[in-house]
Amino acid sequence: MANPYLLDVRGLHKSFGHTEVLAGIDFQVAERELVFIIGPSGSGKSTLLRCCNLLEEPTSGTVTVDGVDLTAPGVDINKVRQRIGMVFQSFNLYPHMTASGNVALALRKVLKQSRAEAAETALAALERVGMADRAAAYPNELSGGQQQRVAIARALALEPKIMLFDEPTSALDPELVGSVLKVMQDMRESGMTMVVVSHEMQFARAAADRVTFMDGGQIVEEGPPEQIFSNPTFPRTREFLARVAHA
Amino acid sequence: MSNWDRFVFSFFNADVIEQYLPSIIDGFFLTCVLALQVVVAGIALGLILALIRSLKIAAVDLLIVLYADLLRALPPLVLIILFYFALPSVGISMSGFTVVWLTLTLVLGAFAEEIFRAGIVSIDKGQWQAARSTGLTHIQTLISVVLPQAIRITVPPLTNRTIAITKNTALGSVVGVGEILNQATTAQSFSGNATPLMLGAIAYLLLFVPVVVFGRWIETRFAWKRQ
Repeated sequence: MANPYLLDVRGLHKSFGHTEVLAGIDFQVAERELVFIIGPSGSGKSTLLRCCNLLEEPTSGTVTVDGVDLTAPGVDINKVRQRIGMVFQSFNLYPHMTASGNVALALRKVLKQSRAEAAETALAALERVGMADRAAAYPNELSGGQQQRVAIARALALEPKIMLFDEPTSALDPELVGSVLKVMQDMRESGMTMVVVSHEMQFARAAADRVTFMDGGQIVEEGPPEQIFSNPTFPRTREFLARVAHA
Repeated sequence: MSNWDRFVFSFFNADVIEQYLPSIIDGFFLTCVLALQVVVAGIALGLILALIRSLKIAAVDLLIVLYADLLRALPPLVLIILFYFALPSVGISMSGFTVVWLTLTLVLGAFAEEIFRAGIVSIDKGQWQAARSTGLTHIQTLISVVLPQAIRITVPPLTNRTIAITKNTALGSVVGVGEILNQATTAQSFSGNATPLMLGAIAYLLLFVPVVVFGRWIETRFAWKRQ
């Protein structure tokens, strides 16, 4: 039977040495869904996200993306990763390449596009995030918000089935956050499946289909944003939301 | 004879220059060829070893570390004498030129490996994660993303180390390689005059000052503002 979920995480455990960071996670995301993961720092949100494209190797459990079990032996992880876009807190643009070069690299090396073809695809991706006019700029010539949009374009250009966002706006000055959220909103409207680790609660409330609250390496509860934000079931969720609201 | 005339006679003697300049020039070109071969082979060796080490295979790492530490600890002269005078007794004999080239290549390779490795390790792991998340392999990430950044960091220490090691071509005079110093000392003993040594010193300056200037140029050329 075909898996109804685009992303299906089952019984996921991850330990670093003797520290258990993920203590049995079951987490599913359907196609076109936007799921927010919230929780205190150290709760394992980022680790969960990194396990979804195997940047972190799970200690046990399975991660299935678009029907492919990433943890199965013999899986070509580099091939699967093309279909999983990832955006990082610190952008991680390649400083020695232009915005266009950043986007084009994987197109050339992974999708084996010609230089001209890759440049064209890169420009189209930069267009989608409103950065086409800065295609020739180097990362150090761009603001944080612009860099993050280029980083999003770098992932989008590979036409991923799902996008993972690891605190995409945490490193940004407040006035730059909006431009990145706008791009994410556009992606959502175009039907992209997205998993977002973030503290942008207003955005979560407005855009998320579902909010997942994690604490201590486990999923405490999940549900529609109104329910989680207005009427959480568990005291731990309430305490966290109260702390964040006062921060 | 005035002091000045005596100085010129001893160090810049026109007759001696005329007679021995050709051999110093021969030495200059030989040193150039030897140095160039050491630089190319040594840096290539260091880079290859650093790339192999980035794969983190424990047993291989240990061997490379052992090699790098030994070669960095041993004085090159000791190795040259060992290769040239001791190896023939087990049936391996090499020309002086080959011995000096091999020794300096191995030594430069050891230092270059450590320098490249330090550069590779210093690159933020976010760069690796970003590249790998787009489907690039380890090697593709290394070559397209990490090395171009690492090499910029390694240019200053690598240039200094390369100059320091290629100057050791002068050790070739011990095993009969006709490089600058050998030509100069030979000419000096034949002529009984220090002028060839001055010519030798000038030849070294002609060879290495451009290299030093080139290193400085590379440094600024490859520097770019960090974010």
